[in-house]
Amino acid sequence: MLRFALNRLLQAIPVLLIVISATFLLVHSAPGGPFSADKAVPPEVIKALEAQYNLDQPLWQQYVSYLSDVVRGDFGPSFKYSGRSVNELIAAGLPATAELALYAMLVALIIGISAGVAAAMRPNTLQDYLPMSAAMIGICMPSFLFGPLMVLVFGIHLEWLPVSGWGDMPGDKILPSITLGTGYAAYIARLSRGGMLEVLSQDYIRTARAKGLSEPLIIIKHALRGGLIPVVAFLGPAFAGLLGGSFVVETIFQIPGLGRFYVQAAFNRDYTMILGMTIFFATLIILFNLLSDMLAIWLNPKLRHQAGGRD
Amino acid sequence: MPQDNRHHKDTQGTSLWRDAWVKLCKNYLALFGLAVLSLLCLVSLLTPWIAPYGYEEQNLLIGASGPSLQHWLGTDIFGRDMLTRIMYGGRVSLTVGFIATAVALLIGVLWGAVAGYVGGRTDALMMRIVDIMYALPFMIFIVLLMVVLGRNILLLFLAIGAVEWLTMARIVRSQVMALRKQEFVEAAHSLGLSQWTIIRRHIIPNTLGPVIVYTTLTIPNVMLLEAFLSFLGLGIQPPQSSWGLLINYGVETMEEYPWLLIFPGIALSLTLFALNFVGDGLRDALDPRTSKD
Amino acid sequence: MKRQESGSIFTLCSVYAFTLLSVLTLSGCGASENNVSAGNRSGTLHWGNGTEPQSLDPHIATGVPEHKIITALMEGLVLKDSKTLEPRPGVATSWDISDDGRVYTFYLRKNARWSNGDPHNAHDYVWSWWRALQPALGNLYAYMYFSIDNAKEYYEGSIKDFDRVGVKALDDFTLQVRLKNPTPYFLQLLDHYSLYPVHRPTVEKFGAADERGTRWTYEGNLVGNGAFQLLEWKINRRVVVERNPYYWDSENVRLNKIVFYPTENAITEERMFRAGQLHYSGTVPADKIAAYQSRKDPALHIDPYLGIYFYRINTRVPQLQDKRVRRALGMTIDRDQITQRILKAGQIPAYAMTPPNTMGYFPESDLQFNPQAARELLAEAGYPNGEGFPVTEILYNTSEGHRKIAVAIQQMWKKHLNIDVKLLNQEWKVYLNSVNVSDYEIARAGWIGDYVDPNNFLDMFLCNGGNNRTGWCNADYDQLILDAAPSAKSHAERLAIFTRAEKMLLEDMPVIPIYIYTSNKLVNPSVKNFSDNILNQPSFKEIYLEAEEEEDH
Repeated sequence: MLRFALNRLLQAIPVLLIVISATFLLVHSAPGGPFSADKAVPPEVIKALEAQYNLDQPLWQQYVSYLSDVVRGDFGPSFKYSGRSVNELIAAGLPATAELALYAMLVALIIGISAGVAAAMRPNTLQDYLPMSAAMIGICMPSFLFGPLMVLVFGIHLEWLPVSGWGDMPGDKILPSITLGTGYAAYIARLSRGGMLEVLSQDYIRTARAKGLSEPLIIIKHALRGGLIPVVAFLGPAFAGLLGGSFVVETIFQIPGLGRFYVQAAFNRDYTMILGMTIFFATLIILFNLLSDMLAIWLNPKLRHQAGGRD
Repeated sequence: MPQDNRHHKDTQGTSLWRDAWVKLCKNYLALFGLAVLSLLCLVSLLTPWIAPYGYEEQNLLIGASGPSLQHWLGTDIFGRDMLTRIMYGGRVSLTVGFIATAVALLIGVLWGAVAGYVGGRTDALMMRIVDIMYALPFMIFIVLLMVVLGRNILLLFLAIGAVEWLTMARIVRSQVMALRKQEFVEAAHSLGLSQWTIIRRHIIPNTLGPVIVYTTLTIPNVMLLEAFLSFLGLGIQPPQSSWGLLINYGVETMEEYPWLLIFPGIALSLTLFALNFVGDGLRDALDPRTSKD
Repeated sequence: MKRQESGSIFTLCSVYAFTLLSVLTLSGCGASENNVSAGNRSGTLHWGNGTEPQSLDPHIATGVPEHKIITALMEGLVLKDSKTLEPRPGVATSWDISDDGRVYTFYLRKNARWSNGDPHNAHDYVWSWWRALQPALGNLYAYMYFSIDNAKEYYEGSIKDFDRVGVKALDDFTLQVRLKNPTPYFLQLLDHYSLYPVHRPTVEKFGAADERGTRWTYEGNLVGNGAFQLLEWKINRRVVVERNPYYWDSENVRLNKIVFYPTENAITEERMFRAGQLHYSGTVPADKIAAYQSRKDPALHIDPYLGIYFYRINTRVPQLQDKRVRRALGMTIDRDQITQRILKAGQIPAYAMTPPNTMGYFPESDLQFNPQAARELLAEAGYPNGEGFPVTEILYNTSEGHRKIAVAIQQMWKKHLNIDVKLLNQEWKVYLNSVNVSDYEIARAGWIGDYVDPNNFLDMFLCNGGNNRTGWCNADYDQLILDAAPSAKSHAERLAIFTRAEKMLLEDMPVIPIYIYTSNKLVNPSVKNFSDNILNQPSFKEIYLEAEEEEDH
């Protein structure tokens, strides 16, 4: 397992390098520069600004100096927020986003797995249709609709919870976490139902049943492990998606997170900011995918041999 | 052993599919879903002839009005008939939903199956490519695509397909990796069946379950992604619309003009439920092991 | 398959019960006091400010949200009356203007202080204005200085010696400014943040004077001369300012604190306002306005705003080269329909580029909604009943508001002229690029006045004006704006010249005026002494908070 992890981490280096290079080319060839504005910008100003951020150098030179900065852990200054460094901005946005992603994941896992397992235990009955219909609603209810609905009901009409903010008022983390988590809960419910159905029809479960073990015990001790493999495979991308895709929820609830920075940076052509955030997210995605692969191996004994034995 | 049983059947020809069809016909929910989907597709096809108004026909004097005899589902702020707009929107949404998902399905399943089955360096390389695709900044990517290739609906399919196949590939790969060490696959190996035959006959049919489940999840996702991209300026342009866009605008005015949200919402939900029933039915019907129950 | 039922239903129920329970328990604490009532007691104003400020350096910042915060932190020589916008004493107690209108002498107050207690005098202005004209600083508002003698030449590098620029400290408390031409709006410019002074020791402590993006404007560093000082700047969360005890008029400042929130999403902002989290929301979603109006909500403020929404026509596009075509397009936009049915917030239909009553100027315009005459013009131009007119594109940047107007105009042109128009929306930076390189046919545009004078609207369309972008060029027009107007002998003569110029512009119609903006705001009734003006510029030193007897929440 350790060898597997190390191997994958080594593979991550060229992956990151390609991501950086591709993104670098992408942002620099996107139309509209970081300094274009509604009002005409005098050429003197453009020249001064480009000189300051080294944009007047040839592209390969910019690329090399950017890479050498990144290797030293410096993502450079933000073009838009004058005087702020990208490192500083990421550090400012990360806590809220990470916390939100964590809570949302908890919401998603608790609701998703229990609904999926419950449905799989009695397929094609009411106990199946009800949670699965709820899951379907969860999927087709995008967060840009679900969030405002929750705000209207719990924030404005009932006045139970704050309508926005993060850590400013008690209870203001509840609505965003539920809003972000529900969509993923729905996916997890569907995937875990499918996985469980698959496993529940396997021989060893039949054997266990034949032996007279109680159903909850069968589920918890035997079936869950295999039945959750599709869920686990989904977790890596899901967590990365939660981190990077929380933009909508962050906007609805006025949360000072990374998602808003990322989208703003793309809109503003804040080159260093886009690159810095991309590298940051890419690293996270690679790590989470690795973790979820490792979990999948751990859950599936047959794969364990293989991971040890290959390469 | 149920696997052996299926294996045996399989070698006799395409009876898996006939078998599945028989099973599907017994599943009334799935049949109902199929009926609803067919109806929706039919309405979409016939929309230009049966829509009560033109989709771009404005009446600013009426403005946003609730459901009435003239306009069964009300009108939007330009006084355009919502029923008409939902019908035309359905054309776009269903086309995008099905085609883009099909693209994602094709690439994702093939990629994941090959990576998972071949394993080793090929697997590592293929999955690192997936990692790279995941990590690229999607929005910049889209804006660039738009500039380089111009704006057209084909590009929309491409962009959506390019994003959605990644997760599909990961899911299929993990499933295939689990499968290829199973007894029946090893048995097929020892029988001397070719790699391609094994993938086609044993691996792909056995991954169909999760793939179908994920596909039914992908279609709604694709429809909403289309709305987001259209909002950014890629894809369809006003006065055309899609369900995703209609819902998008409906959310903004849901307190003032709730019908602008509710009716497109119902249309989308209906489609998704139907898809879901069909998907589940297919999954159960294609699952080799359920034949015994 | 029999025993499982009870177990799983139990799991399911317990999960939902747990979720519900946790929501309910936590919501118990959620019922705490909202920002508005807490703020009313402590004198804290909660202000929805649009976006995260990019910079608080007055010589670098460009946006409206930045403007609001900077006016709380800093002050110029002259203030504007919060209602009439007439000049009022700021750091200068009084000023003299020479008879030829070209030399201004300002007498600074002796009790003006920086927020760290340092004395504040005339030399601060000379240094600050020198700094603002350094090209390396990248000041987009440098043109605000160009009415000062030699300022433009210095900025562009043809003059190297700053002593030749028309600004001089006669002594510690007397500042003399020489202008190139008599400039009736010069006093107004002094209240624009680009002409605010900055604290030299602080700027130089964190970098060179002309270095962009140093940390001098950060929390704990910034020293200003305004009614408030910076207390906290949490990115994407809030900017908090508190009363500045060294401010010369500190005893008349009644707010203790202002909290500025970066609220990019207008819908979120409106909800925050309704939930009592904000005293002020700077935008109101268009579709919400009717609801506020119908219940006569006193929170809704709709006021004229010095800005115009218009379409640029790229006059280099073949079918748009003919001014008859452009006129026909301009004459078939039913502006009343757009303002009343779509915008619905009291916007004024615009038939000229300068908003009416800009410094007493009322533009004369023969532009009307007249489909009949328009069809005739189009026919004369060779497109009878729209036949043969190529499909033309309206470009707008991605936004719901622009989309609505474009959709309506698309339909109007189809209906009245029988021409086909395509809509094209582009993301903001792509749109800017397209307009800048003239890769468009018709493009949506807007212009908000920096100061109240027709010049600010009309000098946009000079032949080489950076904001022209239409390819339209008329030497007579340039002569009127550049030579005739500045040398006019009287206010009336100057306005008459602008009237002539504007007529020329409308006659050729490289731009189609559509409507005059309004500023729509939500202001909690507990906010007192809040004045509306056409620049939508609040005076934070005048505002105070007083709870209504009956708190509504």
